Amino acid sequence: MDIQLKRGLLDVCVLAAIKSEDSYGYKIIKDMKPYIELSESTLYTILKRLEAAAMLTVRTAEHGGRLRKYYHITGEGRKRIEEFKNEWNEMLSIYRFVTKEDEGHE
Amino acid sequence: MNKYEFLGELSRALSGLPQDDLEERLTFYREMIEDRMEEGLSEEEAVMAVGTVEEIAAQAVADIPLGKIAKERVNPNRRLSAWEIVLLALGSPLWLSLGIAAMAVIVTLYVSLWSVIVSLWAVFGSLVACALGSVAAGIAFACGGHGPSGAATIAAGMVCAGLSVFLFYGCKAATKAALRLAKRLALGVKRGLMKKEDAV
Repeated sequence: MDIQLKRGLLDVCVLAAIKSEDSYGYKIIKDMKPYIELSESTLYTILKRLEAAAMLTVRTAEHGGRLRKYYHITGEGRKRIEEFKNEWNEMLSIYRFVTKEDEGHE
Repeated sequence: MNKYEFLGELSRALSGLPQDDLEERLTFYREMIEDRMEEGLSEEEAVMAVGTVEEIAAQAVADIPLGKIAKERVNPNRRLSAWEIVLLALGSPLWLSLGIAAMAVIVTLYVSLWSVIVSLWAVFGSLVACALGSVAAGIAFACGGHGPSGAATIAAGMVCAGLSVFLFYGCKAATKAALRLAKRLALGVKRGLMKKEDAV
């Protein structure tokens, strides 16, 4: 898959993984696993990028005698998900146009 | 490999990164390992699941802009060694004069470029002045009773006028070319500076 496209998709997937409730690194990977495989190092990069873009905030909380980082989606992050839905509609109509050509030849 | 061995190895692999960045990454991977162990994986398995140190280091290097890495390398709070100071001092008259020379060349190129243009336009201006002057003088001659020399002077004025029309187009084209050249020169200098910044 085109690297730029995949990067955009992964960003939205991570936002979707924290949109209903705050989540932490390992849970995000687990929740995404049925849909898309994500390595730890990739997740780290995405989380940093989303934080820099103010699409999520990070807080540290105690869990079982140690510290864990929780990620919280911001309004900006929710806006990104909505944008993605609109973009995807455009993509779908382009997809239909592209595949229509194929059917015509067959 | 247990958790501490893994984190130690990771810390060594990422030692080129800025300190706060390094610590943040280590915290992230420690949490990942501990969360997996909490779910029932053994320490070994949890470490394995997080990925290899090489993989993580490669991703980290890809994330960080080159400048930040270079800065960390160039400026890790160390003093210059004696021979480095000697080299810098010995080299300074050299790079200083080289820099001034480069600047001078660029300025000279610029000045000579525009002086060619200015002189072309000056020739054009004098031709126009000649044409006007000759025609006026010719008319004055003719009116003063010197018919043939008046006609000759007016003819010379006309020749000047014709030449000036040609030269006008020449000047215009030359000015345009000079503008393009100057732009290119400026771009070249900018690029040279950018490269220098990248290299640091």
